[in-house]
Amino acid sequence: MEHTLFILLLPFLSFLLLGLAGMRMKPTTAGAVGTASLAGVTVLSYLTAFRYFAGGRMADGTFPTLMPYNLEWLPFTSNLHIDMGVLLDPISVMMLVVISTVSLMVHIYSFGYMKGERGFQRYYAFLSLFTMSMLGLVVATNIFQMYVFWELVGVSSYLLIGFYYTKPEAIAASKKAFIVTRFADLGFLIGILIYGYYAGTFSFTPSSAALAAAGVMLPLALGLMFVGGAGKSAMFPLHIWLPDAMEGPTPVSALIHAATMVVVGVYLVARMFPLFVGYAPQTLHIVAWVGVITAFYAASVACVQSDIKRVLAFSTISQIGFMMVALGVCTSSDPHTGGLGYMASMFHLFTHAMFKALLFLGAGCIIHAVHSNEMSAMGGLRKYMPVTHWTFLIACLAISGIPPFSGFFSKDEILTACFRFSPVMGWVMTGIAAMTAFYMFRLYYNIFWNGEWKGLSHGDAHAESHLPHEAPLAMTLPLMLLAAVTCVAGFLPFGEFVSSDGQAYHIHLDTQVAVTSIVIAVLSIALATWMFAARRQPVADKLAHTFSGLHRAVYHRFYMDEAWLFVTKKIIFRCVSTPIAWWDRHVIDQFFNFTAWSAHAGADEIQDMQSGHVQQYAIWFLAGTLVLTLVLLW
Amino acid sequence: MDITEILRMNAELSLAAVFVLMFLLDLFLPAQQRHWLRPMACILLAVQLLATLWPEETVLFGGMYHSTPMASVLKSILSIGTLLVFLQAGTWLDRDDTRHKQGEFYVLTLSTLLGMYFMVSAGHFLLFFLGLELATVPMACLVAFDKYKGHSAEAGAKFILSALFSSGIFLYGISMIYGTVGTLYFADIPAALTGTPLQILALVFFFSGLAFKLSLVPFHLWTADTYQGAPTTVGAYLSVISKGAAAFALMAILTKVFAPMTEQWSQMLCIIIVATITVANLFAIRQNHLKRFMAFSSISQAGYILLAVLSGTPQGMASLVYYIVVYIVANLAVFGVINAIEQHTHGKVCREDYNGLYQTNPRLTMVMTLALFSLAGIPPFAGFFSKFFVFASAFHSGYYVVVFIALVNTIISLYYYLLIVKAMFIVPNETPIATFRTAAPMRLSLLACVAGIFVLGIVSSIYQLLNDTALL
Repeated sequence: MEHTLFILLLPFLSFLLLGLAGMRMKPTTAGAVGTASLAGVTVLSYLTAFRYFAGGRMADGTFPTLMPYNLEWLPFTSNLHIDMGVLLDPISVMMLVVISTVSLMVHIYSFGYMKGERGFQRYYAFLSLFTMSMLGLVVATNIFQMYVFWELVGVSSYLLIGFYYTKPEAIAASKKAFIVTRFADLGFLIGILIYGYYAGTFSFTPSSAALAAAGVMLPLALGLMFVGGAGKSAMFPLHIWLPDAMEGPTPVSALIHAATMVVVGVYLVARMFPLFVGYAPQTLHIVAWVGVITAFYAASVACVQSDIKRVLAFSTISQIGFMMVALGVCTSSDPHTGGLGYMASMFHLFTHAMFKALLFLGAGCIIHAVHSNEMSAMGGLRKYMPVTHWTFLIACLAISGIPPFSGFFSKDEILTACFRFSPVMGWVMTGIAAMTAFYMFRLYYNIFWNGEWKGLSHGDAHAESHLPHEAPLAMTLPLMLLAAVTCVAGFLPFGEFVSSDGQAYHIHLDTQVAVTSIVIAVLSIALATWMFAARRQPVADKLAHTFSGLHRAVYHRFYMDEAWLFVTKKIIFRCVSTPIAWWDRHVIDQFFNFTAWSAHAGADEIQDMQSGHVQQYAIWFLAGTLVLTLVLLW
Repeated sequence: MDITEILRMNAELSLAAVFVLMFLLDLFLPAQQRHWLRPMACILLAVQLLATLWPEETVLFGGMYHSTPMASVLKSILSIGTLLVFLQAGTWLDRDDTRHKQGEFYVLTLSTLLGMYFMVSAGHFLLFFLGLELATVPMACLVAFDKYKGHSAEAGAKFILSALFSSGIFLYGISMIYGTVGTLYFADIPAALTGTPLQILALVFFFSGLAFKLSLVPFHLWTADTYQGAPTTVGAYLSVISKGAAAFALMAILTKVFAPMTEQWSQMLCIIIVATITVANLFAIRQNHLKRFMAFSSISQAGYILLAVLSGTPQGMASLVYYIVVYIVANLAVFGVINAIEQHTHGKVCREDYNGLYQTNPRLTMVMTLALFSLAGIPPFAGFFSKFFVFASAFHSGYYVVVFIALVNTIISLYYYLLIVKAMFIVPNETPIATFRTAAPMRLSLLACVAGIFVLGIVSSIYQLLNDTALL
């Protein structure tokens, strides 16, 4: 397993190469370098996964936890030290596969999508940096290494969101994403420090004696870590950065804001799962309820957005809510009783990464073709873009939970886990699943059906010659590959690889839950068809008109951004920052001004000492000697 | 006494041999072969370096000569520093008015180095005094090397007069020690020291003698005039090598010989440190002439070195030697750049002359910037760690106030070091110094210095090694 080091090294080297020498390369060369290194990473990741799972289970029926590398980097005490290394266990290996696959797809896709953009080389350098950070995060051997790469992920995501740095919206969005997630990371850091203090180690497996002694501090630490996770995973109310982050290039949205970075919060909770379940079940339930609220909130907002990337963004938030709920409803680590959610969550993470990346990449093709994000500029595109249309449809069916597509299987496990926790939770989540199917097909119909393409109806003479056309092969190839994965991934015996207690778990569908969810999904799709498939949408318009207040509130995302702005600008800035700024300007700055002034004045005063007369030097010399003597004698 | 004991002074003997060889070469080399002098000096010194590489405890002549492992390490460091200075001497010594006497430069420098060797491994005050004088008198000749230039002669005169004055006081102090304890052997003095007023007077007088060499306030007044007038190469040598030897000797003698009077000398050092760093910084702020500026910079650096002396522990000794090494590379880099520019522009040494240097000589500018960063103590360069270690050693010994004042002063020093960086990078200039290429030995020396600035900071095992040696 020594080759795992190259999984981190390859993208890092490609980042260095592209970052330092990228501008001297031709854009295509730079893209080829980045893609080639990513292809290498993908091969290595698959090899790792194959060898890891083929390596067999240990005597107790679990897969071994391997650490091919672990260097002691910063020692504090004999127990408390920060290490840097590579940790392989079922979930980290699974994440390696997800990240490298999606990242490779995005690398290939970007060849077409970013063609001719200024800073093409820089784009690939950032992609490599991001991939390296993300891979380093999932293979972290301890919570601090995770934090280091966690922040690197934050930085590279900042760079990618703000890639179009001449666009004010992009700059604002990148700043917003960075500040919000960084704010949440403060919780993470405090959590890590509390954890390190009480557990006496940064590793994921502290001694149970230390944990027992930690008492209430351990749930607190885990809760604070979850705050960090909630920031990166866009949980309500820290989700506000994700919709704005859609200002970045669309492939970046597919990579970062659909498949990889936004699920690190889920991954974090999964990574700390034994501690959550064993020592902080209440905290885990908080996670569940945060997930429910987020899933519902985002699903309802997604129903009325008109920007297709924003619909997808809210859909992502909602789906991550599902994953969090699945983890949160776990009550034990036995998958047969209360621990099913762990497996369900990881399964959904895996399938969602694939079909959500597919949705975003498809949206990228559409935007590429019609040069707009707004639904009002689309419609009827199924004729012009068959590949995009069919792959997008597959992804929509998958996310809606229609068999045999992958989303059905993972969502079904989540719902089963919820029903086991409590029927209320189960029905609430089923309802949100219905909303998912509804808004996804609203999106689908508005893009691909809904009469003729809107560009035609404007009657522009030149619109005829600028009909939307299918994207180039570099862009459609990833779509087809991801669609293929989406079709078959549901049949993976996922429980055989990942489960809450490490034992092989055989997935079996709960018929009652499965039938209910299929029926509800089909009904939702039918409703969406009835409302949105035709050119005119009288029902939708009438509803929007009747409940105009509600519609406006949802459209403005329940004014969450405004609420945050009020808190920061009106309360924090005015009551905290202003006095601090005054103190800084009048006390701190003046102190330094005084230092500078007194240094200059003092220098003026002692000028005469250096007179140039050697006899005076001797007097100073003698005086110094005598003064010293007197001081010492006295 | 066994006459073969003399053979065990391998460092001193080998250096003396180099000295004699260079002297003979200078005498007998025909005029057209004289360009071999510098390579010969460098090679011989490099060979001599090998003789200092095995640190061991040596006590000879009944304690007259006492070389500790740390002293051997310091000798190697001083030799390396001297080698770097020799590499930088080239352009200056190839000038028409100096070429015929370049042999003298090497001979005089080597004899001062020999004096410093004796200073750091003396076991008796008289041997120490001999070393001190051997390190001082030829130095005056070096300062006045460009003797037909008025400022060089003036600098030499000021240096020798101040040196004589301090030697007189120093000798007076020694005589008082002899008068009160009846011996001058380092090993025997501590047992008889009690801290009587006369012994305090002796301590202060002894200290002023070394304070002159270290140019501590208020014994520093010769420094600026001398650095300004002396040839730049000599200034470089004076600022690092001579200072390093004196600081080491001061620490060794204070901790060993004056151990019973620790309370007194640490009090004295606190006063001197605060005065030195503060006054030197206040003067440095206003300097425009870079050689004068470096004089005040080196005075304040000496103050920081004293922080290590103040702790009086083996860790303090390790941090002192580490500081000296780091200081040598950084300061020699700065002096090297000043020297190169002065020689190529016929005497431009003011800060305004450096305006816009980055546009024409980016590499020299980078060297200068890195060296100034290291002197100012900006991480990750070596200067940060050396400052950190001396601060830490003084802090551990409980001198919080002194450490705090020194820290405040590092901020002031950052200001004036950055003034030069600003001049080179930011200040616009219509006519910056023209692009030129430095001589190969100079480039080698600057390269070595820059490597030192990086490597000494990053490779932590070097400090560890010094620490282990100090504990031997």
